[in-house]
Amino acid sequence: MSAPAQAGWEVVIGLEVHAQLRTRSKMFCGCPTAFGAAPNSQTCPVCQGMPGTLPVINRTAIEYAVRTALALDCRVNAGCRFARKHYYYPDMPKNFQISQYEEPLAEEGLLEIDIDGAARPIGIQRLHLEEDVGKLLHEGTLATAQASLVDFNRSGVPLMETVSKPDLRSPEEAAAYLRAFRAVLVYLGVCDGNMEEGSLRCDANVSLRPRGSAGLGTKVEIKNLNSFRNVQRALEYEVQRQAQALEAGERIVQETRLWDADRDVTRPMRSKEYAHDYRYFPEPDLVPLQIDRAWVDAIRRDLPELPRARRRRFVAQHGLPPYDAGVLTQSRALADYFEAAVRAFPQPKLVSNWIMSELLRALPGDDERAIAGAPVTPERLAGLLGLVQDGTISGRIAKDVFERMLRTGQDAPTIVAREGLTQVADEAALAAVVDRVLAQNPRAVADYRGGKTAAAKALVGQVMKATGGKANPGIVNRLLEEKLSRI
Amino acid sequence: MTIHELAEAYRRGETTPSAVAEAHLARIAALDAKVGAFLTVTRERALAAAAAADARWRAGAPRGPLDGAPLALKDVLCTKGVRTTCGSRILEGFVPPYDATVVERLEAAGAVLLGKTNMDEFAMGSSTEHSAFGPTRNPWDLGRVPGGSSGGSAAAVAAELAAGALGTDTGGSVRQPAAFCGVVGLKPTYGRVSRYGLVAFASSLDQVGTFARDARDTALLLGAIAGHDPRDATSVDAPVPDYTAALAGGVRGLCLGVPREYFGEGIDPEVARAVREAIETLRGLGAVTEDVSLPTTDYGIAVYYVLAPAEASSNLARYDGVKYGLRTPGAKDLIEMESRTRAAGFGAEVKRRIMLGTYALSAGYYDAYYGRAQKVRTLVRRDLEAALARVDVLVAPTTPGVAFRLGEKADPLAMYLNDVFTVPTSLAGLPAVSLRCGFSAAGLPVGLQLIGRALDEATLLRVAHAYEQATGWLARRPALA
Ligand SMILES: [Zn+2]
Repeated sequence: MSAPAQAGWEVVIGLEVHAQLRTRSKMFCGCPTAFGAAPNSQTCPVCQGMPGTLPVINRTAIEYAVRTALALDCRVNAGCRFARKHYYYPDMPKNFQISQYEEPLAEEGLLEIDIDGAARPIGIQRLHLEEDVGKLLHEGTLATAQASLVDFNRSGVPLMETVSKPDLRSPEEAAAYLRAFRAVLVYLGVCDGNMEEGSLRCDANVSLRPRGSAGLGTKVEIKNLNSFRNVQRALEYEVQRQAQALEAGERIVQETRLWDADRDVTRPMRSKEYAHDYRYFPEPDLVPLQIDRAWVDAIRRDLPELPRARRRRFVAQHGLPPYDAGVLTQSRALADYFEAAVRAFPQPKLVSNWIMSELLRALPGDDERAIAGAPVTPERLAGLLGLVQDGTISGRIAKDVFERMLRTGQDAPTIVAREGLTQVADEAALAAVVDRVLAQNPRAVADYRGGKTAAAKALVGQVMKATGGKANPGIVNRLLEEKLSRI
Repeated sequence: MTIHELAEAYRRGETTPSAVAEAHLARIAALDAKVGAFLTVTRERALAAAAAADARWRAGAPRGPLDGAPLALKDVLCTKGVRTTCGSRILEGFVPPYDATVVERLEAAGAVLLGKTNMDEFAMGSSTEHSAFGPTRNPWDLGRVPGGSSGGSAAAVAAELAAGALGTDTGGSVRQPAAFCGVVGLKPTYGRVSRYGLVAFASSLDQVGTFARDARDTALLLGAIAGHDPRDATSVDAPVPDYTAALAGGVRGLCLGVPREYFGEGIDPEVARAVREAIETLRGLGAVTEDVSLPTTDYGIAVYYVLAPAEASSNLARYDGVKYGLRTPGAKDLIEMESRTRAAGFGAEVKRRIMLGTYALSAGYYDAYYGRAQKVRTLVRRDLEAALARVDVLVAPTTPGVAFRLGEKADPLAMYLNDVFTVPTSLAGLPAVSLRCGFSAAGLPVGLQLIGRALDEATLLRVAHAYEQATGWLARRPALA
């Protein structure tokens, strides 16, 4: 966006992204983490913060965080430590959150994003683990405590916080960073990336400074950015707001603001809604964690190919246009789908066209679960394309067959056989139809002979119509040409 | 009778766990109005457990020497279905849905749990006067305190309302009441016993400990509760020795260190004399002694009263009226409800420590208080470890004086100084035991403290056992009705 008010200002944005890790159990207890269960059905004394309970670290959560840190080129610290972060809020059963403070798991990495076709590295300041809080279910407002209920199912779910450096220069860049970050998490299999269900949450720090200046302006933190769209809209609004204030000679107040998606504004949070002093201190119930080098190396060796690398490879190896490669690598499941289909039907561009036009019309490409569970498997798509290639069905019929495959979960040969969709390739039968069409359309025949070769197209159409679209177009063309030339 | 005597009697068929449980329950009913050791008596649960133990002994298949032993639990240890108050109004209605690991382990060993004992609120205190439910009195003199914070457990064992008990020790809360009540009180090495289900006061210092009438019973109790617990990340994964077997062997050749700083100014001459005599007795049994110096002893209290309140301010943050326990009605919003609940629910000593701790952790003060205290804590630990590298066991008084009168130490600082000899060991995470080594002229017990190397409870119990065998102190009983 290039509103006049901000022309003289450079935008400085840093993002803090909280990702729920897809571990089976919670960060510090054995409770399951599945989303959508009945309130408080996935809780135990530990994640309810009962007196006397103690946390025990989930090793898988550490592994996922290390995996992410390595994918982001972070330095994984040899030791890290959990700390308690204190503030009073009823969704937090202990009134402190176990997080990491002075000794995070990893630091100093980077994530490349693409801006106008060029790669730009965005610094990662730190990556650490913490526990999620519960969820308040209000009847009315928070003030009526009797009618507020707390669901602790989410309490204690592992959260990974990744803080970027203030390297982002526009709301679009922030959104691009978030997309790229999400893609990495999903590729690594550490987070499902679902923003609606709250698996991925984002806060932003925004400030403006005069263009050409190296210092940082007063920053404002914006919370509650829970979709890609909201990130961009909230930041656009906030940049405008700050630019207008600065142009008017006002000072920016360092504060925390909340994005109100209904009214499209950010508004200051009441100071009671956030704490000023978290009184961090090392969590005495957990011993400092030593991260074994050999283990880190093993995790590094097992890292999957990441989205950017895979995109480059799709262009180089499969000869795809960069646009196709970008679409196909938006999720690991989709890229896997493409490669599986190409293995079974080695015509990458054709496979890509079918995925982009047909599969993605029906299923969201960034939804790992939907793509991985697609009723048309890559092998079945390849089977369908094989039927087109060997002339069994036409390309147009194939699209209908694809629809039916999606609906019924059956493979192409079954549908084609049952519905009788096989192309008519029997020359004698087709010759009879062609003769009949020629006899019924003397006008078109005359036009053709008068030099209007376009009339042949209309005749082909008539033959196709007469055969219910099943005639092999190649044979029809040849027969028509022969017969017309003989008339 | 002691636990091991009871087991022997069960084995011979002279009595049964049910009969013994009934006798203890009857004694509680008769005497506890005077002593005030129990907050909750779990009669039904005890008799059911005793009946099961009867059957096992009858069948000749007891679970071990603790099968049928009538025991008491400090009310800071969570018991499934039995209210657990921590001596506080704020937890008055709290009924835990789970058992502490130590409770599970005792019940697995066949113990008969008689009830939950009184304590200073959230284990903060040295006299059990800071219980929201009234004080416990010392069985040797009902005008005096039993010590604290595990005063109820110590008094219950001293008054023979229970054969043994569990307490918790953060800065001396097992050893000091054991000394005041003349029983054996052991604080194991930090991590030796699981803290899962122990309602936290100061997590880096809290440790479950035992009360018993002699070293042999202490060995039995420790053997039952010690060992790694996957639910407590700070519990030590090391084998548990056979503490009973380790009792034999005497003290010949052991080197006992006598720390100069524990006999300085402020110590009651009667206490100093009894402890010195005990050291002579041990020398007579063949131990050698060596004078040692622990120059950081004086810093212990200062360090402790920064770290323990800091951790407490965090651990006690959860008591806000939202989830369990007390909620004060009539508040107009959440913050007011939480403040009112905490104002009404916590006693003065707890509030004092929450404020101290909150201050110590505040931005701008953290380094000066909490950070610095951690550094000094390291020095205190090194001091003790260095001494224990030269000697096998340190021998010292448990407390500077004998049991004081109720209300005598109204000044918090005077109360805090009572822990001067127990706090350094807690800061260092080392094991220590207090045992009876004589009486004052007024007939109050004096406590001898033995401090050992990490995980070396066995040597402490061996010394304690040798001392008990050589002296007749255990024969004397409090003159309760
Ligand atoms: Zn849980």
